Amino acid sequence: MTDQPTFTLDGEEIPFAEGQTVLQAALTADVYIPHLCYHPEFKPHGSCKVCTIRADGRNAAACTLPARAGMAVESASDALNGLRKVLVQMLFAEGNHFCPACEASGDCQLQALGYDLQVTTAGFRHFYPVRPVDASHPELWLDFNRCILCELCVRASNEVDGKSVFGLSGRGAGKHLIVNALSGRLADTDIAVTDKAVEVCPVGVILKKRDGFAVPIGQRRFDRSPISAQAARDAPRAARGSKEDA
Amino acid sequence: MSTDSLTVAAAAALDAILERHGRRPEQLLQVLREIQEHAGHVPDAAQLRIARALGLPLSRVRGVIGFYAFLSPVPWGRYRVLFSDNITDRMQGNLELLDHLCRRLLLEPGRMSEDGLVSVDTTSCTGLCDQGPGLLVNGWAIPGISRERLDVIADLILEGRPVTAWPAELFAIADNVRRAGMLLDNDLRPGDALRAALARGDLSEVEQAANTRSWREANMAPPQGPVATLNEIRAANLRGRGGAGFTTAYKWESCRNAQGEQRYVVCNADEGEPGTFKDRVLLASHADLVFEGMTVCAYVVGAGRGFLYLRGEYRYLLEPLEAVLTRRRRDGLLGKDILGIPGFSFDIDIHLGAGAYVCGEESALIESLEGKRGIPRNRPPYPVTHGYLKHPTTVNNVETFCAAALIAARGGEWYRATGTAKSAGTKLMSVAGDCALPGIYEVPFGTTVAELLEMAGAEHTQAVQISGPSGTCIGVDEFQRRIAFEDLATAGAFTIFDDSRDMFEVARNYAHFFAHESCGFCTPCRVGTAILKATMDKIHEGRGAPCDLHEIAQLDDVLHQSAHCGLGHTACNPTLDTLKRFRPVYDRHLDHLDFEPAFDLDGALRRARQMTGRDDADAHLDGEPAP
Repeated sequence: MTDQPTFTLDGEEIPFAEGQTVLQAALTADVYIPHLCYHPEFKPHGSCKVCTIRADGRNAAACTLPARAGMAVESASDALNGLRKVLVQMLFAEGNHFCPACEASGDCQLQALGYDLQVTTAGFRHFYPVRPVDASHPELWLDFNRCILCELCVRASNEVDGKSVFGLSGRGAGKHLIVNALSGRLADTDIAVTDKAVEVCPVGVILKKRDGFAVPIGQRRFDRSPISAQAARDAPRAARGSKEDA
Repeated sequence: MSTDSLTVAAAAALDAILERHGRRPEQLLQVLREIQEHAGHVPDAAQLRIARALGLPLSRVRGVIGFYAFLSPVPWGRYRVLFSDNITDRMQGNLELLDHLCRRLLLEPGRMSEDGLVSVDTTSCTGLCDQGPGLLVNGWAIPGISRERLDVIADLILEGRPVTAWPAELFAIADNVRRAGMLLDNDLRPGDALRAALARGDLSEVEQAANTRSWREANMAPPQGPVATLNEIRAANLRGRGGAGFTTAYKWESCRNAQGEQRYVVCNADEGEPGTFKDRVLLASHADLVFEGMTVCAYVVGAGRGFLYLRGEYRYLLEPLEAVLTRRRRDGLLGKDILGIPGFSFDIDIHLGAGAYVCGEESALIESLEGKRGIPRNRPPYPVTHGYLKHPTTVNNVETFCAAALIAARGGEWYRATGTAKSAGTKLMSVAGDCALPGIYEVPFGTTVAELLEMAGAEHTQAVQISGPSGTCIGVDEFQRRIAFEDLATAGAFTIFDDSRDMFEVARNYAHFFAHESCGFCTPCRVGTAILKATMDKIHEGRGAPCDLHEIAQLDDVLHQSAHCGLGHTACNPTLDTLKRFRPVYDRHLDHLDFEPAFDLDGALRRARQMTGRDDADAHLDGEPAP
């Protein structure tokens, strides 16, 4: 480990491998930086901006910023957590999020981040967008109301499933998720329940039918412990192994 | 055209377009734009055929159609009339004129007529501010809209006359050059700058190609002098004219030194900043200088191919520009072995945009060139090392290439003699708004705002928006400030507001613009610009409160800290600039309360009162019966 370059994160030395971003290196070292659109199995995207950090005096998304030796990174400050809180509030205001009735409650990263960042209200006027649900598929349904446009399903379907089931259309506040079918309906795509894209949705958009309350609310992932205590578990195992060995 | 299948003729037309673009996926946007122009929309069946031909998922094709304002999967009518909706168009009465046309055609704005003949709507600034209001009919620009001209247009539409057969007089667009300088008055002939650059080679040090895979390696002798030309650009201290002011020589050198088998030169002619139109004039009347600058750049960096990315609003310039390219190829100024220099081969393609302001950002422009949604990339890596198709790419503004051509011809020292210490040369200013002589002014850097106002015959000026909504709004006490990178950096917009204008409404127009043009990629910009727009509308409706102003300040902070690109960073600037300098205007719009809801609480009971037939004092929230 001695020859590995390092940077500091809130004063702590973080070693990194060539090509890693700040977020990847931090997660590998079991240090949590809040994030939503990042997933260790996919190419970093940098769209949600929840992982914004301050590196050498400039703000950047930790998930896309390449780690550099000697860099001084600030993440857990009140200012940055305040910014993250506003970003999460913006996502709550933009969609139609109704946690008590959502099937993903307790498994939802947006909700879990909201708890961590002490989001108690949306803070902004709600947009109340009209986003009809697609229940056409026999085994899956899409509730676009909760979509946060992280594009994880797009990336998973392209990169892992090799199907390109999901895509994005529109722009600005009109940006929205679409599926790869002339009819525009999920039933007419080649999606399978076992697809990576189904598994990866961090909120409650892609849901399995007849599976809603298999695990009761109160016993779900983020009901047991906060997201900040769990996220490093998703980090690439090989990289973490090296730390555990050390 | 049916949505289920294409007619034989439509399929053949589509196949011809696909064939012309080599069935390459990076040509997707060009293919879609041509289908749109040919068929008036991109029907489902065409989308499927395009997806198959280019080997792309249908969702990708639909995503691109959904991103660009000038593409549509459903018909808009045989005539699509789009009124330019910049603040200067507003000041020239565009909305009243839009209303007039809609009444003539018995239409609602934004909705196609029942017979599928026509639709009328608004669009972002079309770059005709000096001769506005402007509009586009099926993509073709018409300046100087008046009721009389609209009556002519309405008749032509009702007669069903094809736009190509409309009187040419309608489409006549003037240059309005009010003051020319070293650039607009240049007496260069096509090829002069290139010949000077090549001649300079004899005097220069031996060419040292940093990249061994470039064409330059094949040049045995004598040294052709790309380094000498780069040195002149450096000596001139040329800085990019797109607004950011990045040092051109440094950009070219970085691209030249980057590892890659192929290099590209891209001219950013996506002049979308509201209030800017100088690139339009350069492309209309100085196209040779633009292409010459690109070719000089190709010579310096070792590029084999170039693109002119032309904004969709300037569609009418496509054929004249193609004609200039054809002539330059014929004269040996483009193509293989330019001016007889072995290995100096370079050619230029024109790519048309399709209505997306964000594509002016260089990495979004490259995405768009590759046929994708115009989303700014994560950087690093930068385009100079990973640009078009991941190859090293130099992207410069139209005016920058013109200046580079001048420098190649006349030398760096000559160029640097004009301007200020940190801003060499001249700047083309697009002057519009409240003044007697709107148009193009070429002024040396260091010219004050007051001097420019005087030249343009502006009176009773209360504010000038420099560099469009993403720039700065200044008031009277700052008119001695200078146009220069040291003080007021600018891409060239200079929009004048006299004391009759409501600066709050100016800021509100710009807030709508940013919300419309946000690409939606990142959370802060996608949501923040929409909130800003809603808040400005709330204040406009007389329901604003001081807490709304606090919210705008908070939004600005969040956008500056976390937005993905310049659009988000600057989206709140016009509001905060005007708030700082023209606060009383805002106060007049505000209710003097701590909080005011966005909706009318008492008004919400109106329906219930009507249904119950009750209108006494107790049926009102404030206990007052309706007047």
